[in-house]
Amino acid sequence: MNATRVSYTLDSTLASVNKAEQAATEVAAKSGFGEDDCGRIAMAVREAAVNAVLHGNRYDPTKRVTVSFESTPDALSVAVRDEGSGLDPATLPDPLAPENLLKQSGRGIFLIRAFMDEIRFRTMSPGTEITMIKFVRGPGRDGNNKEANQ
Amino acid sequence: MTMKASSRQVDGVTIVDLSGRITLGEGSVVLRDTVKELSNQGQKKILLNLGDVTYIDSSGIGELVSAFTSIRNAGGELKLLNLTKKVHDLLQITKLYTVFDIQDDEASAIGAFNR
Repeated sequence: MNATRVSYTLDSTLASVNKAEQAATEVAAKSGFGEDDCGRIAMAVREAAVNAVLHGNRYDPTKRVTVSFESTPDALSVAVRDEGSGLDPATLPDPLAPENLLKQSGRGIFLIRAFMDEIRFRTMSPGTEITMIKFVRGPGRDGNNKEANQ
Repeated sequence: MTMKASSRQVDGVTIVDLSGRITLGEGSVVLRDTVKELSNQGQKKILLNLGDVTYIDSSGIGELVSAFTSIRNAGGELKLLNLTKKVHDLLQITKLYTVFDIQDDEASAIGAFNR
């Protein structure tokens, strides 16, 4: 299967978040997604990049964020990696719980889950990599959204 | 596009016309500073007009929630006006549609403050 890959190594800055979002919009459009899905993919990548810059690398100028896109005829896969101290997604509070509804933060990963078909977290040394997949025609043939920690 | 905010008074209600992107960084800061200034001035009826807001990320959503709670804690009310479909969908996904009083007509919104 033909795959197109492109990768960006970015500084831990807000400008990098915008760069990642813009790249996601362009790659998603080239991959054949419609306008709405392009918007959802771009927002998911933006949220992952915000997490990497803000919570992972904590704006550390010595640390980088890597954003990698892999596009096939069936799907777009985006991996965002930071060099931070790691993230355990199991510990993230549910932003829809009544006690969390009025909290200012904590919705980023939730939105990524809402907008992409599959997401996976991988613990790196150092850092965390989140891989987000969107299928060109919706979820995969088994019809299930999957999430796994590796 | 950066975010802009301008305020006007109609029948005792402060309407804040917002345009652009409410995202981590400048957009969120503009919203935060605007609401803080209005609160410091003692404004208690605030209507955020989001009709020209093209994009909100999770930080922007958080800023809206923060504005809502800070005005409410000061004894005031904050309502939202003219949501685009994208912003509407985001508030629905995050269940905040049930928290905010969301209006789609300015005159009705002003009336809702004064009921």
